[in-house]
Amino acid sequence: LFNREASSNTCDGSRLTKRVLSSQYFSVFAMANNGELVDERFIIKDGDFVVLQRGDVYKAVQIQKKRKVIFEKQWFFLDNAVGELYGSTFEVASGGSLQPRKSKHPEIPAEVKESGMDNRNIVDDGRSQKLTRDDIETLKEQGLKGQEIVQQLVENSTTFRDKTEFAQEKYIKKKKKKYENIITILKPSTRILALMYHGREPGKICHLRYDTLAQMLTLGNIHAGSKVIVFETCAGLVLGAVMERMGGYGSVIQMYPGGGPTRAATDSFGFPEHFHRTLHEFPLCKVKALLAGTLSPDEEGKDSVDGPAAEHLDTTAGQLASSANEQRKERDAEDSSPEGMESSSVEPEDRDKEERERRKENKAQEKKVKMEEKRKKLSAAAALLQGRNADGLVVASRFHPCPVLLTLLRFVAPSRPFVVYCQYREPLIECYSKLREQGGVINLRLSETWLRHYQVLPNRTHPVLLMSGGGGYILSGTTIDDSASASGPQKAEEPAPKRIKLQETVA
Amino acid sequence: MSFVEYSELIQEGDVAIIFLGHDSMFPLMVQSGAQTQTRYGVIRHSTDLIGRRYGSKVTCSKGGWVYVLHPTPELWTLNLPHRTQILYATDIANITMMLELKPGSVVCESGTGSGSLSHAMLRTIAPTGHLYTVEFHQQRAEKATEEFREHKVDHLVTVLNQDVCKDGFGVTGVADAVFLDIPSPWEAVGHAKSAMKRQGGRLCSFSPCIEQVQRTCAALAEHGFGEICTLEVLLRLYDVRAVSLPLPDFGPDDPSRTDPGVPDRAGPSVPTNTAVTCRTAIAPREMAGHTGYLTFASKSLV
Repeated sequence: LFNREASSNTCDGSRLTKRVLSSQYFSVFAMANNGELVDERFIIKDGDFVVLQRGDVYKAVQIQKKRKVIFEKQWFFLDNAVGELYGSTFEVASGGSLQPRKSKHPEIPAEVKESGMDNRNIVDDGRSQKLTRDDIETLKEQGLKGQEIVQQLVENSTTFRDKTEFAQEKYIKKKKKKYENIITILKPSTRILALMYHGREPGKICHLRYDTLAQMLTLGNIHAGSKVIVFETCAGLVLGAVMERMGGYGSVIQMYPGGGPTRAATDSFGFPEHFHRTLHEFPLCKVKALLAGTLSPDEEGKDSVDGPAAEHLDTTAGQLASSANEQRKERDAEDSSPEGMESSSVEPEDRDKEERERRKENKAQEKKVKMEEKRKKLSAAAALLQGRNADGLVVASRFHPCPVLLTLLRFVAPSRPFVVYCQYREPLIECYSKLREQGGVINLRLSETWLRHYQVLPNRTHPVLLMSGGGGYILSGTTIDDSASASGPQKAEEPAPKRIKLQETVA
Repeated sequence: MSFVEYSELIQEGDVAIIFLGHDSMFPLMVQSGAQTQTRYGVIRHSTDLIGRRYGSKVTCSKGGWVYVLHPTPELWTLNLPHRTQILYATDIANITMMLELKPGSVVCESGTGSGSLSHAMLRTIAPTGHLYTVEFHQQRAEKATEEFREHKVDHLVTVLNQDVCKDGFGVTGVADAVFLDIPSPWEAVGHAKSAMKRQGGRLCSFSPCIEQVQRTCAALAEHGFGEICTLEVLLRLYDVRAVSLPLPDFGPDDPSRTDPGVPDRAGPSVPTNTAVTCRTAIAPREMAGHTGYLTFASKSLV
């Protein structure tokens, strides 16, 4: 629908495009709207996944021409953003069109001269603003820009002049935020999407705070060229973050519960096509079979083995998991059929019948192809897991982490890190104890991070008044090879959990 | 072995981490014929290490054993020789994400210090990115260069021995991100800006003192940086323990309410359970309460 070829074609048509071979990879240079020749990755294109920013509010959208976008109670079209550079700032003009802002910093009007010493003369009687809500609406209808409205508000405030300099600044900042219709278009990244989900929909990402996600990626040593197992129920945010860190090198195996993997947030990253070729998926419900060596991907296609319930799940999985690739294939199939029809010279009545049959056949064929592809994908993922040599394991789900961790750790090679996120502490305590009992891991650490933001202004530096109460908990560790653990006189490589303390308290 | 690529087996010339147990580790360079003394006895590299799998248990001469781990930037941070104060994984994690580092990123860093952050950044930007790291102390710059070579990441990094505040990063218009950990970061903001790509990028400054932060923020605003944001992250490590909570004895039940027919039943109470054991996570008595303030900013489009 919105593939890269189509969008770059429009670029090719009107603008100069050239390929330059840099030391490691191809960079495609294209001309932006301002006439500048830059790496095309810096240019906003039709179909791109982008993030809109206004103040500290973000929204992930896809650029689609003539598609209305609603953001912060405003609606507009993103058409004019196409061809501009990422990081560009726009003003929403009447009719919902975006106008690139050229003047960089037309800051606060300089008329602010007078200010008070303190607030002893300021009374909150709700009458300091002479403009009514209706007046403001009228101003808006007259097409006054945000900045001009703020100016009007300042002029019609009877107390503005008595406010302290700091209070005036704060007032203007507050009003600007309310009335200025300025948005910035950003390229998606883990930072931005993690901030966005945490701010807007924390429930969808198990309340995983961005600094906690950062810990997971670092403690998990996620990097290009490795083979990482991910199990998450965070809308695909953790998966996307892992994929970004791997840069399309290596492989990611997403384990998923139920019908199919959820990847809404992963899509918002707008990864290039080749990233998706490194992504594999494997259903949790087949893990036991895989571990027991009874998983037979050939039976997958027949659909009869798993019984009706599993069959239903599998088909939804197939539908959900169907990649853009498959969709394209489908379209190709549809496109080709009418062509073939026109060339045939059969009687109209027969033609109808033939067409129906043909469609039926096509559909059956399509289904077969899909099944085949699904089977191939499953066995590819199974093959990756079967080596039991994954380089890392990342878990962030609403499921109890204990069984997840104990089972999935069996696919991880020795001397590799693993990291488990849980919104709650107690399940991770249980994990910790079970792992200690079972062995096979060292360096177990249960942790949490504490995050505080600061307001830094001349003479007004202090912590921000509100802070996050908690960002979830992390259990991390390193796998070891304890297959030959029978020998050796040392009982445990780490001191046993301090039960001595317990006796002390009892005594 | 390399700090940017896993391998299965221990080989000659590798840097391996020897894990002795409970936060006790040290790094060693694997050399055939060499021996390393530990409190559990000698490790003979040729027989005990080379050709074995990372993560293996190695029995030392006195019969005790250790685990041999594949190096990671995080293990290196815990084991590296300190030449300066270093950054730890908690701050590193946030710096990496907030600077939007990923494979292919070009990063400028100053100072190099002991190379704790450098190793973590190299891991993230490999195999196509590059790190320009500037250190004004000559020996430190030389030592870092040597370590990068030993860790097989030297193709990804350029070490410069100069004063970033005076001479900048030695590159212009190439960086996606800049990291400053120097005494007066505000003096390097201009150089940071010119090292960054024209299309913008991210900057981070790490400072222990709030006065440094104030001056840096002012310099950032002056140079047109946006999204200026200062934060602080602390790690809370928990100790998982079974604790026992004794149950109090309130004495026997009210005698007047006991059934007179069965006098012994409620007699001198001998509670079957005098204590309850529960597993809990205990915060340490002391923890790092401050490392430094992290100030982030974006270079906006010019």
